[in-house]
Amino acid sequence: MIRYIGKRLLMMVPVLLGVIVIVFTIMYLTPGDPARMMLGAGAPASAVEELRETLGLNDSYFVQLLRYIKNVVFRFDLGQSYASNKPVINEILERFPKTILLATLSVTISVIVGISMGIISATKQYSIFDKIATSIALLGVSMPTFWAGLMAVIIFSVHLRWLPASGSYGWEYWILPSLTLGLSSSATIMRMTRSSLLEVIRQDYIRTARAKGQNERVVIIYHALKNAMIPVITVIGMRFGALLGGSVLIESVFAISGLGKFIIDSISMRDNPVVQGGVLLLALSFSICNLLVDILYGFLDPRIKSQYSISRKRGWRRNAQAQ
Amino acid sequence: MLKRNKKTKKGFWHDAWYRLRKNKSAMFALFILGLLVICAIFADYIAPYPYSLQDYNHTFEFPSRKHLLGTDNFGRDILSRIIHGSRISLLVGFSSITTAIIFGGLLGAVSGFYGGKVDNALMRAMDILMAIPGMLLAISLAAALKPGLTNLVIAIAIADIPGYARVVRAAVLTIKEQEYIEASQCIGASDGRIIFKHILPNCLAPIIVQATLGMAGAILSASALSFLGLGIQPPTPEWGSMLSSARQYIRSYWHMTAFPGLAIMITIFALNILGDGLRDALDPRLKN
Repeated sequence: MIRYIGKRLLMMVPVLLGVIVIVFTIMYLTPGDPARMMLGAGAPASAVEELRETLGLNDSYFVQLLRYIKNVVFRFDLGQSYASNKPVINEILERFPKTILLATLSVTISVIVGISMGIISATKQYSIFDKIATSIALLGVSMPTFWAGLMAVIIFSVHLRWLPASGSYGWEYWILPSLTLGLSSSATIMRMTRSSLLEVIRQDYIRTARAKGQNERVVIIYHALKNAMIPVITVIGMRFGALLGGSVLIESVFAISGLGKFIIDSISMRDNPVVQGGVLLLALSFSICNLLVDILYGFLDPRIKSQYSISRKRGWRRNAQAQ
Repeated sequence: MLKRNKKTKKGFWHDAWYRLRKNKSAMFALFILGLLVICAIFADYIAPYPYSLQDYNHTFEFPSRKHLLGTDNFGRDILSRIIHGSRISLLVGFSSITTAIIFGGLLGAVSGFYGGKVDNALMRAMDILMAIPGMLLAISLAAALKPGLTNLVIAIAIADIPGYARVVRAAVLTIKEQEYIEASQCIGASDGRIIFKHILPNCLAPIIVQATLGMAGAILSASALSFLGLGIQPPTPEWGSMLSSARQYIRSYWHMTAFPGLAIMITIFALNILGDGLRDALDPRLKN
């Protein structure tokens, strides 16, 4: 298992390097002169040129790219923010906890709601509850999250005055954004749980478990659910990535000063190092999340674990033959 | 019995259409999408007012008989703007998915067909693109390109390419082993001919399903990018940018926010139902 994790970690390295190259290239191609933006429209051309030189913006693409990779990989240095002149890494790490909190809260909500609704729907297939739940889930999948957020503000903040509409100053500020994000992604998880569980319930070993007189609850939870969880976990992992992307929208709807909103604000200010660093950090967290999903597979699905141990045995045998 | 024989003779696509026609919700979705397409094509004739007509005596009006969905901050009729907005949304959805399918499909086909080093290199490149959450990639691309229709399409298409490449590659891998591919290789058909004439037509089914669901995603991304100010710019009626400008009046005028979002939701809803229906129709084994 440890070797499997190590291998997956090693596989992450080239992917992340590739992400750095892509993100850098996208930002390199972005029009607009950061030096001009920093100094203002009225600054003399010589001062702009001087600043370009000190920022290294006059170097060729490859020189800039290599310097960026070197700084990121060896020194964790993401450069300086053009807007605040502070190190980007500090600026984004300051805001990152809010984004992670939002994503974690939403994932928790969506997992609890999605999986329990999915189980009820699948065990009571074609009942009224199932029909209502699947229709609501389909509506939920179709709803733009940012619009759902806006409507939640209209209903719960403006009309009912139950919850605050924007900011992040206390626990009550997190309810609307995390519910909006969480419930909208619970729809996907619910649909996946339902279809996966329906497939598993028709397997022979479920019939066997029922035939030996096992309690239905035990059959569903211990026999069926564990096997039905693999595709669901994949979807949860993918939803986490979508949530990191979606948090950009929800953070700007609810004016939460997280990383997502920071990226959007920096895009409009052409603060390229911040955008690069922010996207990089979100991509890194997404990759780590995918890694965790892959490790969970190993625990949930003995086939994956055994596949791995077989390959190790083969390797061992090959070594033995070589000797 | 006779009828059944006739049906089986007509082939795969006829069967699929027959199955789809029996699916009431999918047909309803198709009907809604048909209406939307008609709205988009004949927007100038259907919309009660020109979309840019400003009426400063009737700003912020709530829904009434005169303005069915109310008016906005410039006194423009919201219904007319939503009808015109369907043009942009459908256009962006359709063209970005077509672009993504062409490029993703080609990459996937080449990757699956040749295998080996080509496959490895292409798929690792796709892995890298997939390591960035799709929305975030589309946002950064949209920021790098200037805002506008074409660039919006490009940004969304690039973010979608890896998904299609994977779907097509998986389909190609199974088809490649079929005997008729071997047969055409034996009679000396070129690789290009085999890919375009024999392989791609046979993996159309998963591509069509993915495209329908993908179009829903593309319309969502387009509206989200416009909402963030990175897509279609304000004077043009687009659902996302309508929401973006409605935001500042959210405390007093709910109708400005509610209806454009509802339009997005109905479109996506119809596309999702149609996509599910198509999957059932094209691959009956998957139905549960």
